[in-house]
Amino acid sequence: MAVVFVLWLRELKKYLRSRVQIVASLGTPLMYLGVLGFGLGPVFQRAGEGNYLQFMAPGVIGMTLLFTAMFSGIAMLWDRQFGFLKETLVAPVPRLAIMIGRTLGGATVAVLQGALIFVVTLIAGFRPVSLLAVPLAFLVIALIAVIFSALATAIGSSIKEMQGFQMVMNFLVLPTFFLSGAIYPLEGLPRVLGALTRLDPLTYGVDGVRGLLIGRTHFGVVLDVAVLVGVGVLFVVFGAWRFSKIEA
Amino acid sequence: MIRVQHVVKTFGKVTAVNDVSFDVRAGEIFAFLGPNGAGKTTTIKMLTTLLRPATGSLELDGLDVTTHPMEVRKRFGVVFQDPSLDSELTAWENMDIHGVLYHVPRHARRARCEVLLRMFELWDRRDDLVKTFSGGMKRRLEIARGLLHTPKVLFLDEPTLGLDPQSRNQMWTRVRNLRGSEGVTVFLTTHYMDEADRVADRIAVIDHGRIVATGSSAELKQQTGTDSLEAAFLALTGTTIRAESATAADQMRQVARVWRR
Repeated sequence: MAVVFVLWLRELKKYLRSRVQIVASLGTPLMYLGVLGFGLGPVFQRAGEGNYLQFMAPGVIGMTLLFTAMFSGIAMLWDRQFGFLKETLVAPVPRLAIMIGRTLGGATVAVLQGALIFVVTLIAGFRPVSLLAVPLAFLVIALIAVIFSALATAIGSSIKEMQGFQMVMNFLVLPTFFLSGAIYPLEGLPRVLGALTRLDPLTYGVDGVRGLLIGRTHFGVVLDVAVLVGVGVLFVVFGAWRFSKIEA
Repeated sequence: MIRVQHVVKTFGKVTAVNDVSFDVRAGEIFAFLGPNGAGKTTTIKMLTTLLRPATGSLELDGLDVTTHPMEVRKRFGVVFQDPSLDSELTAWENMDIHGVLYHVPRHARRARCEVLLRMFELWDRRDDLVKTFSGGMKRRLEIARGLLHTPKVLFLDEPTLGLDPQSRNQMWTRVRNLRGSEGVTVFLTTHYMDEADRVADRIAVIDHGRIVATGSSAELKQQTGTDSLEAAFLALTGTTIRAESATAADQMRQVARVWRR
């Protein structure tokens, strides 16, 4: 337990000390929010879908969670050769404790980053329909963060070379984002695209957050949460298994 | 203290360690001397439970390394060739986390951290982030950290690589002193002949994954009929330059050099 805590605390300390990184990581979500949010707003309105900023703010929060969590997994590759990870791998503690500590730490950082973006969307004009639902929305946000932190740990444990980074970015992170319905409604999609969005865990995450914050949901919040919990358990087990197989 | 018997380790078609056997006695400083790619690091990784041998047995303090990894991990400290400090944390935090990982009780942990940080002349810098440290200071901190849980064996993989002559000199004086102050057995690898000559009680010369000779510096010179360890080394391993292929780790090391992390 002490081991899990100390590793979790380490991730948190590192995050709070890296002010530059915090500011830099706001760049991409801000661009989406500003350019897409305001650029596509009028079209969205004319199509009768309402306020686009309201619609996409939960999507941008989801994107932040995805990107923050996945980058921490890629950093693991570096950590394995030139960093602290090797120190933990030869310590007399179960690999599972290390994996849980790292994953929870990564997830906490992602949630903090998501909260920061949430504040930014509020400043930009986003208005949740009910303030009471905000804490519930953060529970869904935490679930999303754990899912992608665990997936990132699995990937960080599996790839061996820096080139793997590009692969993960282009074939996993970006599709996960674009298929999630973060920036477009899921209603009336072509059949293939619709099927693909259903395979993407972030879809349920964004839908759940959107359901709680603006009362608009495609699957229903209960189904969203059920899927997220299921996928979360699956990914944590998968991540723990991959992590236990690391040979440094 | 360490007993290695007929150990073989292969990576795909490459045999990195080929039927290696040796013993390290309690309290001695034992050096693994060999050219790059001879199998030194692979052997250390097997002894420190990071890699499993294909065949053969490894024992540390009477415990089988592959069947009792947790027990074995409590008994050694290790300084890897590549840094394993957290550069975004302070020296003290790095030490403290290590203490938690090795289940050193809080009180003992604090006392021990102070003793070691003073011993390695890092006490005044304990609250500074490790990324502000020089190469020599980082290496000293890694050794101090490796000793925190009072291990029986300390592994040092190329501990002086990349250090200037002053730091190297100082490093070896410290390592020799450790035996007196900590009573620890030291297993080190190096490809600098003069260092092995100066610091080690016994030396094993390894080449192409095989041990070609074992003994004190004097014995090796006598065996080969040479008057310096360098001449003995060349007599044992030949003078051809080794063709090596770069691994993923080597490529990353190059990137690391550019970024000077």
